[in-house]
Amino acid sequence: MDLDRFGEHAVLFRPIVSTQKTFYLALLGLVLIIVWGGGAYIYQFTQGLGITGLSLPIPWGVYIVNFIFFIAVGFGGTLTSAVLRIFDAKWRTPVTRAAELMTVCGVIFGTINVVFALAKPERVFNLFLYPRLGSPLIWDVLAIGSYLMFSLIYLYLPMIPDIARLRDTLPTRKRFYRFLALGWTGSARQKRLLERLINLMALLMIPTAVAVHSVLAWIFSMTIRPMWHSTIFGPYFIMGAIFSGIGALIVVMAILRRVLHLEGYLKPLHFNNMGILLLVMTIAWLYFTIAEYLTVLYGREPAEMAVFNARLFGEFAPQFWAQVGTCFVIPFALLISQRTRTIAGTVIAGASVVVGMWLERFIIVVPTLARPMLPYPTPTYHPNWVEWSVTAACAAAIALVFLLFVKLFPVISVWEMEEETGPETARAVGAARMADSA
Amino acid sequence: MPRWGMVIDLDKCTGCQACTIACQAENNVPVVGSRESLEQRSISWHYVLPDHKGEFPHQQVQFIPRPCFHCEDPPCVKVCPVGATYIDDEGLVLVNYDRCIGCKYCVTNCPYGVRCVNWRHYEWPEPYDQYQTPEVCLRPEGVVEKCTFCVHRLEKAKREAAAQGRELSDAEVVLLPACNETCPASARYFGDLDDPESTVSYLARDPRAFRLLEDVGTEPRTYYLAEERN
Repeated sequence: MDLDRFGEHAVLFRPIVSTQKTFYLALLGLVLIIVWGGGAYIYQFTQGLGITGLSLPIPWGVYIVNFIFFIAVGFGGTLTSAVLRIFDAKWRTPVTRAAELMTVCGVIFGTINVVFALAKPERVFNLFLYPRLGSPLIWDVLAIGSYLMFSLIYLYLPMIPDIARLRDTLPTRKRFYRFLALGWTGSARQKRLLERLINLMALLMIPTAVAVHSVLAWIFSMTIRPMWHSTIFGPYFIMGAIFSGIGALIVVMAILRRVLHLEGYLKPLHFNNMGILLLVMTIAWLYFTIAEYLTVLYGREPAEMAVFNARLFGEFAPQFWAQVGTCFVIPFALLISQRTRTIAGTVIAGASVVVGMWLERFIIVVPTLARPMLPYPTPTYHPNWVEWSVTAACAAAIALVFLLFVKLFPVISVWEMEEETGPETARAVGAARMADSA
Repeated sequence: MPRWGMVIDLDKCTGCQACTIACQAENNVPVVGSRESLEQRSISWHYVLPDHKGEFPHQQVQFIPRPCFHCEDPPCVKVCPVGATYIDDEGLVLVNYDRCIGCKYCVTNCPYGVRCVNWRHYEWPEPYDQYQTPEVCLRPEGVVEKCTFCVHRLEKAKREAAAQGRELSDAEVVLLPACNETCPASARYFGDLDDPESTVSYLARDPRAFRLLEDVGTEPRTYYLAEERN
C-alpha cells in the first residue's frame, strides 16, 4: 500500500499497513511462552500454592517480587511522560507514547501477579466485597485501581488525533478506529479541550503514581519485621521505581528503534538525555542504599543485623552483590562519560538496571522473611519452574501488548511531532526521512 | 466479659511435645507427609521452640511451647485486607476460613510465626478420618489457620454451664485446651486474665512471668514462667 498519503511521518505508519514475516514469528513465539506460563498457572491453581517453591516462613516470593517490579517499571513511563510534559521538555515527544504504554502494561501485569500469589485466588473479589480499610493491601487496591484507570486514560487521550487520522486514511478496520476516535475532527475547540485534558491527566498521574509506590512500600514498612519496618521505604520505592522505569524505557526505545526503523525519531540525543536521567537515579540509588544499610549497621539491633548479615554475607549475598553491580557499578561506569553514553552504552546500562532492580525487590522481600524473630529450622526458598514460567509469561505478555499495539497505532505521537516541527519544516524533514529510509 | 489467656511454666516443661500432638489430633490438623514436611509446609498450630544459648559444651537449651499468643494488639488482624482474621468478644484471635483469600500477609506480619498455610488440599485417608473432632471444621486448601485456644471446647463448656444456670468456674477452664489437658508435667494453665482470682491472672503477676518479644508491642495474652530466661 502507498504510504505517501500519511504525510511526512509516513514511516510511523508502516507497521500498521504492512506486516512482515518476523511479526508472525514474534507473535508465535510470544503466544507459545504465554500458553506455557498459563499452563503452569493452571497447574498451580488446581494443585495449590504448595507446588511452587513457597513454604513457611517465606510465604512471599517471586510473585510478590514481580508485583512490585512490574508496577515500578511502569512508573518510569509515568514519570518520563508526565514530568517532561509538565515541564514542556521538547525532546520528549517521540518517547511519551511508548512510556505511557509501559505504565499501563506494568500496572496490569504487576497486579495480576498478586492474584498469582494468593493461595485462594478464586476469592480475590473478597477484596472488594469485604475490604478492611486498615489493611495496607486495601490501600493498594484503591491506589492501583485509580492508577490503572488514570494511566489508561492518559495513554488514550493523546492517541485520539492519530486514531482519527487512521480512520480517515486506512481502508480497513474503519469501525474500530471510528469508535476509538470519538468523532475527532481536529477543530480548534477539540484541540484546546484535548490539550487541557492531557495536561490535567499529566498533573493527576504524578501524585497517583507517588501514592501507588508509597503504598507498595508500606505493605512492608507497616509490618513489624526487621528491615521492613523502616521509614525510608516510601521514598526508596519511588526512587527505585523511577530508576527501573527509566532503564526499561531505554531498552524499549532501543528495541522499537531497531525493529520499526525509527532512527529518524529516536536519536542519540534521546538516549543521551535518558542516560543522564538514569545516571542521576544511579547516584540516588547509591545514596538511598547507603542510608538504609548504614543506619542498620550503626544501630546494630540484633534482629535487624540478622537480616543485614543474611543480605550482605549470608545466603542472599550473591543476589545482593549482583544487585550492587547491576544497579550501580555497571550503569555508573557506562553513563558517567559522554564517550560511553551512546545508544549501545545506555541500553546496556538500562538493561543492567532492570535486572538489578528485580534483584533488589527480591532482596527486600525474601531475606526479612528468612530471618524469623523466633528460633526456626533453617528456612529456604528456591523458586521453581512454575514461578519462573509464570514470570516469563508475564514478560511475554507485555511484549505481546507492545507488538499488537504497534500493529494498530503509531507508537510515536504523530500529531504532536507535527505540532512540534511545524507543518512547513516537518514536510521537508519528512520527505528527507522518507528518502533516507527508502 | 472474660479475657482468655494462657500461662506456661517453662521450669516445669520437659519438652516432651505431647501438647503439640494433642493439638494436632484435637484440631483436625492435616498430616502433610514427610516430603512436604521437609519442604517446611507442615501445619502445626502448636510448636515447641528449642531456644539455644551458648556454644557446646556450655550450651543451654530452653524449650518454649508456642501456641498462638492471642495478642491484645495482633499484627495479623491489623493487616488482613478482608477482615478474615478478627478478635472476638472474649479476646480470642480467630480466622474466618470462609473469607480468607490466602494473601498470607498475616503470616509475614506475625512475629511469632504461629500462622500456617494450607498449601494443598490434604486428604484424610481411612482410618484417619475416623479420628476427626466433629466440633472442629476442616479447612479448605489455600486458607491460613492457627491455634484457637480450643474455642470449640470453650463454647461447649459455656453452653453446659449456661444449661445448668451457672458461671464457668476457674477450675473448669484451667485445663480446658487440649494442650493443657495433655501436659504430663502440669506446666500449662488457661483462664480469664481479667478475673483477679483466676489461676492465670495470679501466675501472670508472678515475678517469674514474662512474654515473648515484648518489645514489639503486641501485648501477647500468653505468659511464660521461668526462674532464668535464656
